[in-house]
Amino acid sequence: MLFSIVVHAAPVQNQGADTALRFARAVLAAGHGIYRVFFYRDGIHNGSALSSLPPDEANIPAQWQALAAEHGLDLVVCIAAAVRRGMLNAEEAQRYDRSSSNLAPGFELSGLGQLVDACLQSDRVITFGGRS
Amino acid sequence: MTLHTLNQGPANRSGLESCQRALQAGDTLLLIEDGVYWSLPGLPCGLELPPQVQLCALEADLQARGIASLAQPVDDAGFVDLCLCHERIVSWF
Amino acid sequence: MSGKSFLIISRSAPYGSSAARDALDVALTCAVFEQPVTLLFMDDGVLQLLAGQDPQPIGQKNLNAVQQSLPLYDIERLCVCRASLDARGLETQQLLLPVEAVAAEAIAQLIAEHDVVLSI
Repeated sequence: MLFSIVVHAAPVQNQGADTALRFARAVLAAGHGIYRVFFYRDGIHNGSALSSLPPDEANIPAQWQALAAEHGLDLVVCIAAAVRRGMLNAEEAQRYDRSSSNLAPGFELSGLGQLVDACLQSDRVITFGGRS
Repeated sequence: MTLHTLNQGPANRSGLESCQRALQAGDTLLLIEDGVYWSLPGLPCGLELPPQVQLCALEADLQARGIASLAQPVDDAGFVDLCLCHERIVSWF
Repeated sequence: MSGKSFLIISRSAPYGSSAARDALDVALTCAVFEQPVTLLFMDDGVLQLLAGQDPQPIGQKNLNAVQQSLPLYDIERLCVCRASLDARGLETQQLLLPVEAVAAEAIAQLIAEHDVVLSI
C-alpha cells in the first residue's frame, strides 16, 4: 500500500513530528511505500537545516533527511507556509532578497497542489497535528 | 470503516467530544500522544464509545507516560496495520 | 489521475490562529484540482462563518471575502456541526452563507461518504 503523511506539528514543541517520523519508519519496515511526506503550517520547521540539539536529543529534521536518503522519500514543504515563517531555499532567498537560506537538503518547497496530488495518488493519507 | 486518532488529553475536552461524535460501529479509536490519558482507568467523565468501536492506545505513548491503560495497546507496526484495515484516517488534534 | 472526494474538517476560530485560513486554502486547492470537496465546521470552527467580521484593526485579511468566493470554486457543500452551533448559542440564520446543519449522529456518516479526510 502507498501512504502519504501530512505533518502540521513542529519538532521540539510538539510530539507530533516525532510520531510522524516513527510512523514513517514503521510503514517502510512493513514493506509499504510512502508517496510523499507533506509539511504544512508549523510542520514546515521539520525542514530546517539549522536545528541544533544536544547529542542526546533527537534532531528530527536530520532524521527525516536520513530516512529520505535511505528510502528516496519525497519530502515536500508547503512553500506558502514556509516563506511566511522564514524557511527558504536558495531560490526563494534570492527572490525575496534574503541573505541566507535554511531549507535542509532533501526537502523541497512546493505548493498545496502537492498535498492534493498526494491524496489522489496514495491509498492512505494520515495527518499528524500539533494543536490548532 | 474509519480509523480515528486523538492526540489531545483531558486538558482539551472538545477534542474528545468531537471525536466521539464522529465514531460509528466498525470504527477504531487510536489514542496517541497525550490522547492516551483518556484511557486512565480511574478517569471520571472519560470515554463514552458507541457500541462496536474498538479502543486502542499507542504503546510507546503509554509507556512514556507510565499509564496502565484500559485500551488495547498497539505498537508502531500495529498502527500501520490499523491504517490498512480501515478505509480512511481522521486525525483529531 | 483518478478523482477522490475530500472532506476538510475545520475546528478553529478565525484570526486567533491561522488554522481557518489554512483550511480554506486547502479547500480551494482541492477545487482547483477539480476534486469534489466538502467543508465541515465543528467546535470553534463554526465561528468562522459569523457575518460582520472586520479584522482590519488587527491587521488581518477578512475571511468572509474568501468564504463568499467558495461557490465560485464549486465548493457548494458547507456543513456545520449542529451541536457546535448549539453550544455557542448560534443559529444557521446568523451565518454568512447557506449551510447544512449536521446532527451529531450524522457526522460519522458524512465522514464515511468521503475518500479523504483532512483535519486542519
